[in-house]
Amino acid sequence: MASPIEQFQIKPIIPVINFTNSSLFMIGAAAVIVGGLLLATRKRAVVPGRAQSVAEVLHDFVANTLVDATGKEGMKFFPLVFSLFMFVLTANLLGMIPGFFTVTSHIIVTFALAMLVIGTVVVYGFMKHGTHFLGLFVPSGVPAWLLPFIVVIELISFLSRPISLSLRLFANMLAGHIALKVFAGFVVSLLAAGGALTILAPLPLLMAVALMALEFLVAALQAYVFTVLTCIYLNDALHPGH
Amino acid sequence: MADPNERNGDNERKSGSADDADLSARLQSLDARISQASAQRAEAEPRPRPTSNSSALGQAFRLSAEFVAGVAAGGILGWIVDRLFGTSPWGLIVCLILGFCAGMLNLMRAAGMVKAARYDDKR
Repeated sequence: MASPIEQFQIKPIIPVINFTNSSLFMIGAAAVIVGGLLLATRKRAVVPGRAQSVAEVLHDFVANTLVDATGKEGMKFFPLVFSLFMFVLTANLLGMIPGFFTVTSHIIVTFALAMLVIGTVVVYGFMKHGTHFLGLFVPSGVPAWLLPFIVVIELISFLSRPISLSLRLFANMLAGHIALKVFAGFVVSLLAAGGALTILAPLPLLMAVALMALEFLVAALQAYVFTVLTCIYLNDALHPGH
Repeated sequence: MADPNERNGDNERKSGSADDADLSARLQSLDARISQASAQRAEAEPRPRPTSNSSALGQAFRLSAEFVAGVAAGGILGWIVDRLFGTSPWGLIVCLILGFCAGMLNLMRAAGMVKAARYDDKR
């Protein structure tokens, strides 16, 4: 029986330029997004067809999430937020296909995405508000003797954002895929055990089917949570200290 | 791309035809109605900025990650401070404790117990 974590192994495909299976599926996800959206919006009909409806629903969904969290002026970040949402969603869902590699189950990938978000927040915050952006760490209405502690705690709280953002997505995808593999492994082991144990084999199979449904939910949900938190953090860059 | 072009061509050929005028009038009234309806919806529900409105499962995962991330960030910061200033192990100890506090703060914010990160709402 294969090890449950073998599926996360990074294998070089073209060793010369460090092109691995992870790179392949990242490019694959990008290709699926670009190709799918181009195909869906090719006609640009006033009354959308099926594919175009899906594209429009995705667009409106992300746009509403962004405007809800940041207000109208947040729409300048729409390209970033939409790309992030589509990439995470597509990478998660591609990973659900048996035998496919899940890009988002590696913390370095999710951490890079999170650093992109936080980097945008910090750079834009300083560009727009200058040192006023630092007011994010200095809450008002706090006794003076408590202020140094609060500022340090706020700073650590801010530093923990990229960690929590990446950790959540990574841990969800990793745990889900390991659980799936473990239950699928039980089916094979029980079948091979023979005797009374063979009769029990369908039980973990049922569990694996149920987990599969849950994993689809988690894949979509985590993409959404990642997007919502991105919007909330961008709101800090747009309106620090409000 | 094909559809709008064709329609434009049609417009030129039988411009002023009753059909066309009717269609554009209907489109305009539809536009007006849509914008009116969406404006009403926006007024009706001035939603508070959500910390999280996903399902309970998502919330549970989110809360655990928030706390762990606070402690981890404190630990990393303490380790860096120790390396830079050679204060080992005091930087790590102090920053871990502060990280614990930050994790708690993250947790309470994510749960909505401390209002949306801003103390100065009271102002």
